[in-house]
Amino acid sequence: MTVYLPIAELSVNIFIILGMGAAVGFLSGMFGVGGGFLITPLLIFYNIPPVVAVATGANQVVASSISGAITHFRRGTLDMKLGSVLLIGGLAGATAGVWVFSWLRRIGQLDLFISLLYVVLLSSIGALMLQESVRAMRRAKNNNPLPIKRPGQHNWVHRLPLKMRFKKSKIYLSAIPVVGLGFGIGVLTSIMGVGGGFIMVPAMIYLLRIPTSVVVGTSLFQIIFVTAYTTMVQAATNYSVDIVLATILMVAGVIGAQYGVRVGQKLRGEQLRALLALLVLAVGIRLAIGLIVTPNDVYSVAVGGMSY
Amino acid sequence: MRRFLRTALLLPFLALAFPVEAQVPFGQASGVKEGLEIGTSTSEIAIASDFRGADLTIFGALTNADELFLAIGQYDVVVTLEGPKDYATVRKKERVFGIWMNTEGLTFEQVPESYSLASTRMIDSIDEAPSLNNIGVGIDHLALNPVGYIPDSGMIGEFRDAYRRLKLSNGLYQRDTSGVRFVSSSLFRASLKLPANIPDGMHMVRAYLFKSGQLINQREMPLRVVKTGIEQAITDAAHDRPLAYGFLCVLIAIITGWGASIVFRKD
Repeated sequence: MTVYLPIAELSVNIFIILGMGAAVGFLSGMFGVGGGFLITPLLIFYNIPPVVAVATGANQVVASSISGAITHFRRGTLDMKLGSVLLIGGLAGATAGVWVFSWLRRIGQLDLFISLLYVVLLSSIGALMLQESVRAMRRAKNNNPLPIKRPGQHNWVHRLPLKMRFKKSKIYLSAIPVVGLGFGIGVLTSIMGVGGGFIMVPAMIYLLRIPTSVVVGTSLFQIIFVTAYTTMVQAATNYSVDIVLATILMVAGVIGAQYGVRVGQKLRGEQLRALLALLVLAVGIRLAIGLIVTPNDVYSVAVGGMSY
Repeated sequence: MRRFLRTALLLPFLALAFPVEAQVPFGQASGVKEGLEIGTSTSEIAIASDFRGADLTIFGALTNADELFLAIGQYDVVVTLEGPKDYATVRKKERVFGIWMNTEGLTFEQVPESYSLASTRMIDSIDEAPSLNNIGVGIDHLALNPVGYIPDSGMIGEFRDAYRRLKLSNGLYQRDTSGVRFVSSSLFRASLKLPANIPDGMHMVRAYLFKSGQLINQREMPLRVVKTGIEQAITDAAHDRPLAYGFLCVLIAIITGWGASIVFRKD
């Protein structure tokens, strides 16, 4: 059964889109990630224009992050104040990102830039995850307990001015790195269509030394607002959010995520993480091949717009 | 002179192909200018989202046609359907550090997004290229004027060729060199192909009458292409009310996410 995507301007098989949404939803539930960094490249492989894939990916992340954020809000593992400071940076970053996005589109380098960013991000994240999970598997094999990390109490981040007290997180921290982190993630959200949790969570834990208990909830809080904002801005400036595509992906995604969560609780973490790492690496490599292989036609034509 | 010779050679065959009703002495009625009329059954075409392309038939008539010239096939008709005009940017990829990227681009001003042509025969055998270029009839003769500063004027031709090739291959530009047929001595029927991806908006039907390779009359008629159905309503909403549309997208996401967390709640 085919369905016509009005913004992407092509007909697709609805079951492939449903399958994609469910599979990514399943993985996102299993690993607790937003899934934007998988859905956007998958859509690009399925010939959805990257402009549409990115904007629609951001929209999809809103749905996949919201139920998690609600859970954390109920449990009280969400630092509103920290989230709001992150959000200030995030909104500014998303605005800047959409501006860069439109500019790249105008000069005809958007598709290349999105692919390049994904190749760099997916291959580095995939490699790090693989390395970490292999190490964990070896450790489990040798029956060595996890070494207890005692991170240094202070690093350069804690010497910055403009300090604020975040009661819920029980930390006293400069607002500069928080806003800066939010800004960087906001830029990635609008250019890549990702929530950015897979970068934000480690950065909050290792760089800002924020207690792990509030990190996930707080990052989800900021992701929801930044991705919702990005969806609005993309819709208003590039007209590139495909509501039909987004709805199919979201419905399949949230259902898939529920099963993913259940499976994820039962299975061993290290093997799963290694599998996810391999998947992420494969997607990155596939995108890299697309950049290197000689295209069928070196010319392309775009309607409207002025270049150079 | 060459044109006349060719015509003279073809004359016996053409006379067979077009039965002549009455032998009219040479030159009679030549003082009156030939007229051209065209008409379609509609001035608006509604296209549903499952549109897979169609033919548009346009009827036309020659008035005051010279019977002899008609008999020897000296009249040629070209009918075109031009889509809405916009800028078009052609880009060329080159390998840079192993990666294919767009390195050169050229924007043409106000070219039709779609162009469908039907004619009585190959248009390049109807008239010579310079005069076709002048009136802009035919895919190879459409005005493709680059915008802005072009450092290397040699690349314009290459980009024009690429533009025409791409437009022909995606079906937005079409030609049918036997698309116009005379159904009687002065009535003709033109079949224009509408591609599946035809842009909506104001199109223009243009008919050109050539006599012995000279453009002697032309007519034009607007034709509105309107896309209908839910998909088009969505496209319109995305462009006309983008903020409301974006808000709706976000709202759907919130409902879906929230709804799932309620439905699947483990209590």
